[in-house]
Amino acid sequence: MAEQKKVRFIIERQDGPNEKPYTQEFDVDYRPGLNVVAALMEIQKNPVTVEGKKVAPVTWECNCLEKVCGACMMVINGRARQACCSLIDKLEQPIRLQPARTFPVIRDLLIDRSVMFESLKRIQGWIDVDGSWEAPDAPRQNPHTAETCYEISHCMTCGCCLEACPNVGPQSDFIGPAPTVQALLFNLNPIGKYNEPNRLNALMEKGGITSCGNSQNCEAVCPKGIKLTQHLAQLNRDVNKQALRNIFNH
Amino acid sequence: MAKKPVKVIIVGGGLAGLMATLKILEDGSSVDLFSYCPVKRSHSLCAQGGINACMDLKGEHDSIYEHFDDTVYGGDFLADQLAVKGMVETAPKIIKMFDRMGVPFTRTPEGTLDMRNFGGQKNKRTCFAGSTTGQQLLYALDEQVRRWEVKGGDKLRKFEYWEFIRIIRNKQGVCRGIVAQNMNSNEIKAFPADVVILATGGPGQVYGRCTASTICNGSAVSSVYQQGAEIGNPEFLQIHPTAIPGSDKNRLMSEACRGEGGRVWVWRKNPETGEKERWYFLEDMYPAYGNLVPRDVASRAIYKVVVHMGLGMQNPNRVYLDLSHIPADYLERKLGGILEMYDDFVGQDPRQVPMEIFPSIHYSMGGIWVDRMHHTNIPGLMAAGECDYQYHGANRLGANSLLSATYSGLVAGPEALRLGRSGELGDALTNDELETAQKECVAEFDKIRAMSGSENAHQLHHELGDIMYKYVSVERDNSGLAECVKELREILKRWDNIGLTDHGTWANQEAMFARQLRNMIIYAQAITEAALERDESRGAHAKIVLENEWKDMDPELKQRILDKVGEPTFDPKTNRAHDSKGDLVFFERDDKRFMRTTVVKYDAEKQAPVVSYREFEHSLIKPRLRNYAVAKKE
Repeated sequence: MAEQKKVRFIIERQDGPNEKPYTQEFDVDYRPGLNVVAALMEIQKNPVTVEGKKVAPVTWECNCLEKVCGACMMVINGRARQACCSLIDKLEQPIRLQPARTFPVIRDLLIDRSVMFESLKRIQGWIDVDGSWEAPDAPRQNPHTAETCYEISHCMTCGCCLEACPNVGPQSDFIGPAPTVQALLFNLNPIGKYNEPNRLNALMEKGGITSCGNSQNCEAVCPKGIKLTQHLAQLNRDVNKQALRNIFNH
Repeated sequence: MAKKPVKVIIVGGGLAGLMATLKILEDGSSVDLFSYCPVKRSHSLCAQGGINACMDLKGEHDSIYEHFDDTVYGGDFLADQLAVKGMVETAPKIIKMFDRMGVPFTRTPEGTLDMRNFGGQKNKRTCFAGSTTGQQLLYALDEQVRRWEVKGGDKLRKFEYWEFIRIIRNKQGVCRGIVAQNMNSNEIKAFPADVVILATGGPGQVYGRCTASTICNGSAVSSVYQQGAEIGNPEFLQIHPTAIPGSDKNRLMSEACRGEGGRVWVWRKNPETGEKERWYFLEDMYPAYGNLVPRDVASRAIYKVVVHMGLGMQNPNRVYLDLSHIPADYLERKLGGILEMYDDFVGQDPRQVPMEIFPSIHYSMGGIWVDRMHHTNIPGLMAAGECDYQYHGANRLGANSLLSATYSGLVAGPEALRLGRSGELGDALTNDELETAQKECVAEFDKIRAMSGSENAHQLHHELGDIMYKYVSVERDNSGLAECVKELREILKRWDNIGLTDHGTWANQEAMFARQLRNMIIYAQAITEAALERDESRGAHAKIVLENEWKDMDPELKQRILDKVGEPTFDPKTNRAHDSKGDLVFFERDDKRFMRTTVVKYDAEKQAPVVSYREFEHSLIKPRLRNYAVAKKE
């Protein structure tokens, strides 16, 4: 019988937020269609390193495994991406897994992305409806604008774009491409538009859109293919116009 | 006079949980919201195809009554009809609410909401946002709840990355709090409240590989079941006909594919000419509904064609779901997201080649028994969303789940407020009671952490899934179900012999998983026992007749089988009944005995499920037999 083909994983581990990182290597049986999450699940079933040492299974976060919840983002072979749709066949081996260190590490590949959800508060990422009760119908929408909204609304807060952005990190306050671009989603909505000045003013503050250096890394890594660069440029123009309005209205 | 504020604990931040949260916050009351994950990552976002509501925007004279009848008929007359009526009447209002909240629904050139076809319904009644409708609806509620987080002060406390462990009841037996665990620090804490709502989703992980997220393990439901909550209709699990099988999960390929014109086929030799041809078997078997038969019907047809006729692609078994005849730009607009997913995970472009699919466990019609206001049998404990048993009977229609999840939250939220102000709750939990419950859970967790047997929890979970797929799937029979009961007992015994490699108290996922696994096994027992006791076929529960059962069958039901397929013969190896064409013979629907809700209670002493039946409301639409080969008759 032919020998079972193995896939080697080099995993950067860390026992807690303030512990030192270290690496461990694992071999997983190859099979067609195998992805990184499926491989981590195999390690859970048999958490033994290549040296034959039994260790605690690797800690990471995942939910949907369909590239829609955003949970399983990690750095795979140096690039931020969703682990569930990272097919082994398309990756160079050995495969190196690291936590996305733009965010605080909780344990192993598990990270704390709460800062992204906080930023969604800052840009007021919602429509100001009176309430969930019955009220007159929403206005009709231009189907083309609605398509742009749909595209932006795919953002799953995974954090790939923050991990890839050179301006997100300890050196800057930039809230990052994902939360910034969400502002456009609500500004494009006919009801959301009423609150556009507040969102644009929020983006003028420290860490807002002026911190974007237009490196365009974000769009290159976005697993949802959102045209982040184009939307950031649009917001930049909108913010400038708002700045002028602020001057002349006062 | 200002209303007395109520404190509600909501476990689960999917559509049902968030909808209830919003209702309670709008009242000025407060919520402690618990979730495995940031609520924005809840499993509701996996729903793809759409949400049903009679909007009648396509000139078809659609009516709410028609939606009502389709749902009840599709559910094979096991759904509480008054509950369904409330849901379908509210559906259009729910769509309008979501529209105001900014859900980017797909629109017609005129700028109004577009509608599509879905299974088991003749009219275009499904509102959708591309092929990611669940994601878009969930985000809208997530955004509204975030807005309250900002403006509501401490009225909303989110406990994300906290796992529900159990409920706490006061001296009067009323549920007045829960114990939960922080999944990172592993701290275990008790939380008091006026009312508790569980909105924890489905139990798909009991089957291991399914279309559900890894967090849909049914652990919370099983936990309250073991604490006395009744489970309704757990044997009714929906098997979605079109999923992409995978070793880590089966990924859903939306019914919207067929709603937008997708066709299911296999190769066969034409019985007359002998030439190789594509056989569009659903269109052949069910001319009236074709590819848009309900899911239970489609899954059985695929099983028949693949497993029994051997016509599927072999090793592994698959059938084709074909969109390649539809213009690519149309597909992009209507189904973009999921076509990309097929490409991502399979590496083929479904715009060019037919997709290869197979049925998979998808949704649980059953769950915690609730009344029409979403109270469980435990006072103070409510349930909403997929974790309850309401609305779908024996089979759920596609695009009714986003509806039922939202609607049940709309009902449960305000009802929790009424209950909180009713004076029926007895005493608040004392510090002693809170502390005792907390300590019990800490002791249990410490015991699990210390486990040092030879079984791996994840391996055991894999075996649990294998067993459930083998015996409690599309086709069931009583000898298999009895065997399943035995094997589950064995699995539960082996759970005691689990050994962990992680004995720590920081983000110990292995220990938390072991605790969930035990709950999953116990819930699997409830499913299996209920399936064993229900000697009929109805909706998703299809039971094959065995030789010994044929002899003792009720004459009227026997006659129905004889009229349909004639005298069966029996396979000497399996004792299963076959008709003259070699097809399996199933029990008929037995309204006399089984038009009742299955109620499963946990017998703590025997550590076993006890099955009984309960009458339900079905006076509005008279039961009639389901037949999707012909147009539905009223």
